[in-house]
Amino acid sequence: MSHSFFLWGAYGVTFVCLALEIAFLLKRKHETKT
Amino acid sequence: MKWFWYASPQTFFPLAGRIAQICGVFPGIFALAGLYVGFFLAPSDAQQGEVYRIIFIHVPAAWMSMFIYVVMAFWSAVGFAMQTRLSAMMARALAPTGALFTFIALWTGSLWGKPTWGTWWVWDARLTSELILLFLYFGFMALQASIDERRRADRAGALLAIVGVVNIPIIYFAVQWWNTLHQGASVSFTRAPSMAATMFTGMILMALAFRMYSIAVALVRVRCIIRAREG
Repeated sequence: MSHSFFLWGAYGVTFVCLALEIAFLLKRKHETKT
Repeated sequence: MKWFWYASPQTFFPLAGRIAQICGVFPGIFALAGLYVGFFLAPSDAQQGEVYRIIFIHVPAAWMSMFIYVVMAFWSAVGFAMQTRLSAMMARALAPTGALFTFIALWTGSLWGKPTWGTWWVWDARLTSELILLFLYFGFMALQASIDERRRADRAGALLAIVGVVNIPIIYFAVQWWNTLHQGASVSFTRAPSMAATMFTGMILMALAFRMYSIAVALVRVRCIIRAREG
């Protein structure tokens, strides 16, 4: 496996995790408002 | 500033919204600056090549995983001792973000470990204590979710958070106390960082991005909890 797999695997998963947390939080915010 | 005035969830609610809005602006700015420094200004590592650039998320994520737990334990202790409603809500709001950063630290560490150490995982003191931290976060969230009565759930969670804080110095000093595969600290309060200035700058910028992100996300979450609990 090339080094780019490890590098982008780390950055990609981090970005996805943070994006998911924001998406779930916005959903929760919307639900608690209504 | 009227500190005790803001101890009430109702009065803290609008303040949390304003702080979250302010802090929410900075993570993107700091992250872009950090990634620019990390990918375009910082030199390649002589031994590890390009893969060392995982450091710009791995180290800040590991710092945040420990820092958030200490803050969570602090709010838990305040709530446990003073029976303040907002403290328990703050602890509850911090846990998912702390767990997320712990997972990111473990995941990125594993992806860094394979090309540099030749293995995804070893049961050394630093890695194992960080994994225990993840379980502590999960335990805290699961315990609170499993108890219906809110006060009892808050107190049980608080107790676990307070006891679990003993794991933080173990994680931090593991590389000094035991012979670990994980490298020693590159950044310390007592000496200059053992890395190029651009690498250090990139890491600090990413740490600031994660810090601001955590504050904004935790405050939005605590507003959801206040709204759900107190209407």
